[in-house]
Amino acid sequence: MNKLESMKELASLQEKLRKARDPKKPCIVICAGTGCLAYGTQKLIDNFRAEIKKRNLQGKVDLRTSGCHGFCERGPLVVIHPKEIFYQRVKLDDAAVIIEKTVLNDEIIDRLVYKDPVSGEKILNEHDVPFYKKQTRLIFGQNGQIDPKSIDDYLAIGGYSALAKALGGMKPDGIIQEIIKANLRGRGGGGFPTGWKWDSTRKAKGEPKYVICNADEGDPGAYMDRSLLEGNPHVVLEGMIIGAYAIGSSNGYIYVRNEYPLAVSNITLALERAREYGIIGEDILGSGFSFDVKINRGGGAFVCGESSALFASIEGRVGEPRQKYVHATDRGLFDKPTCLNNVETWANVPLIINRGSDWFSSIGTANSKGTKIFSLVGRINNTGLVEVPMGITLREIVFGIGGGIPKGRKFKAIQTGGPSGGCIPEQMLDMRVDFDELTKVGSMMGSGGMIVMDDRSCMVDVAKYFLKFLEEESCGKCTPCREGVKQMRIILDRITEGKGEESDIELLEWIGSGIIDGSLCALGGTAPNPVLSTIKYFRDEYVAHIRDKKCPAGVCKPLITYSIIKDKCTGCTACARVCPTKAAYGEKKKVHTINKETCIKCGACYDACKFDAILIE
Amino acid sequence: MEEKVKSIIEKYGSDKSFIIPILQDIQREFNYLPREALDALSRNLGVPPSLIYHLATFYRAFSLNPKGKYRLNVCMGTACHVRGAPQIADYLERTLDLKAGETSKNLEYSLETVNCLGACALGPILVVNDEYHGQMTIAKTAKVLEGIGAKVEADE
Repeated sequence: MNKLESMKELASLQEKLRKARDPKKPCIVICAGTGCLAYGTQKLIDNFRAEIKKRNLQGKVDLRTSGCHGFCERGPLVVIHPKEIFYQRVKLDDAAVIIEKTVLNDEIIDRLVYKDPVSGEKILNEHDVPFYKKQTRLIFGQNGQIDPKSIDDYLAIGGYSALAKALGGMKPDGIIQEIIKANLRGRGGGGFPTGWKWDSTRKAKGEPKYVICNADEGDPGAYMDRSLLEGNPHVVLEGMIIGAYAIGSSNGYIYVRNEYPLAVSNITLALERAREYGIIGEDILGSGFSFDVKINRGGGAFVCGESSALFASIEGRVGEPRQKYVHATDRGLFDKPTCLNNVETWANVPLIINRGSDWFSSIGTANSKGTKIFSLVGRINNTGLVEVPMGITLREIVFGIGGGIPKGRKFKAIQTGGPSGGCIPEQMLDMRVDFDELTKVGSMMGSGGMIVMDDRSCMVDVAKYFLKFLEEESCGKCTPCREGVKQMRIILDRITEGKGEESDIELLEWIGSGIIDGSLCALGGTAPNPVLSTIKYFRDEYVAHIRDKKCPAGVCKPLITYSIIKDKCTGCTACARVCPTKAAYGEKKKVHTINKETCIKCGACYDACKFDAILIE
Repeated sequence: MEEKVKSIIEKYGSDKSFIIPILQDIQREFNYLPREALDALSRNLGVPPSLIYHLATFYRAFSLNPKGKYRLNVCMGTACHVRGAPQIADYLERTLDLKAGETSKNLEYSLETVNCLGACALGPILVVNDEYHGQMTIAKTAKVLEGIGAKVEADE
């Protein structure tokens, strides 16, 4: 591959690649994000390849394996261009029939078409599906247009033009001003203004300076950073190079979770290709500016998403945070000025440079601009990644895009901000989502996980879940976090076992406020949030556990019993067959019984019963 | 083993700041961190065993014990949690007679939990070696266990 020596050469290559893409030529796009791959999509891809070869269609029909499209619930996903026919829940052996009917003969295969569960209407095109239609997919939308393993695909849709614009015609200070004016705020959760961070790093004394991409996405239930890095690694690199140029840095790191093997391999490949093209490395595009990036794989420690712990990990030490009275922008990695931004933040940069800060800041609310990608998961119909403008209401996200709660159950709460966030109740669904509003109600933006809970989710159990998580992930350096979180968890254990005392709620609040005040880093500083916010909005549930020794949602094992609703039981024996302790028993076609003495409350019978005859109370 | 460790260290230019990637490579090579390999690492890289032990026990990715032939990993992310992952984990613990983090004596099965795999649409998820099994129920889990030769109770 020839190295590109100038911006002009880049522009002509982009033009050539763009023209080579015939918009009328049939192209089968298969989502190969981790979600779809987990459904077994690799087999489907192989089948399409084999079918194209068998029918001698090479050159006539293109096949593109793209990154995540976001609608993970409906995977495996296939989109057939030019008509953009959207097929969902495609079977792994559907390749032949799709090529035969849809690609060659323009016929629609009815069973693969998306049917809107609300209106019952069949929807043919990807962009008409309500899940996509109600989003603003400025960043994430590119995923479907490119093969993340192909730098040419990225160039063909205009990739790296922002870099050429920045290196070719903008001064570093001008770029920083543009980012400040756009009011881009950190997408990792903190919401710190990105431009100011760049400015401080640029002005800080000390060489070399470092830029870091934080891809240690540890929040459970959040996977947008992974999908960006997997699906569009070049947009992240482009943002980083522009940032490095503005800051005056020639060394970068990407710190990525080891649990994300596909992200590691795609970003590694992207770096190699960009280096071959002269887009990264010495004298980038003949501009005289040099910058290169190293990739570090994390060790599976949640706390390493915290900046100072992340630096320690890159330096080869255990990931323990340090005091923050000296900012990372002055003394960060290896004690040198360091600018660390999250994956999604970096991915926003090319967009702002290309389209200008005025355009960018026209989207969103007064103090939160642009879009945010959320992962909408849990008890929700349309699980997936959604990109929406800041300021959209929670109701629009949950019911408009997410399609509401499965099986017609009742919405109870939405948890945002990962383990540091809080639970927001139904009466607040009409609030507008941005950095400041979420903080006001006792939650936070965090990295953008949104976990939906229904009436079968116990809020005390959820709070305990997060505390357990944080107890394990606390690095143990400071006492309030190490001991305080543990004590709170012990109290919650007690409450969920029916041994809670009336004073426990106050005790939780008291310890919680101590942890918030006394912890070294944000992990401890926000750890009590899930407990405090559930006490605030779901106090009744705590009281039910403590006073009545009941778990209203039927989750906390010591407080529930399983029994059979006589009128509904048909004697099908399904429960008896799955029961691991033979506690469920009965004769065929006669009402069954559950022996409360031997029942271990594993839930197997509840899963197995097709007649809703198992009562948990 | 000494030679293998040496070659991994050399790959990173004997640079101490690369000790975490070096440990990751050793783990990949042997499937865990054998004591002899860590001793060899200490000698050849010039770092005290206490530091290596500190790192190896701090980061979840490392294991000081050998792993089983089948590594069963239950995702305990929030989305999987609210969809019933704890029941799946309980069932596996009971059936395999292992606690999460343990390996069976015959080195057949290791039971692990992970905080989130980011494939939330498929929750609850069980990963066996690298194969994903989504939307798990107790009955489906029993089938998976049977498929890898584990003794499953219940049923007739």
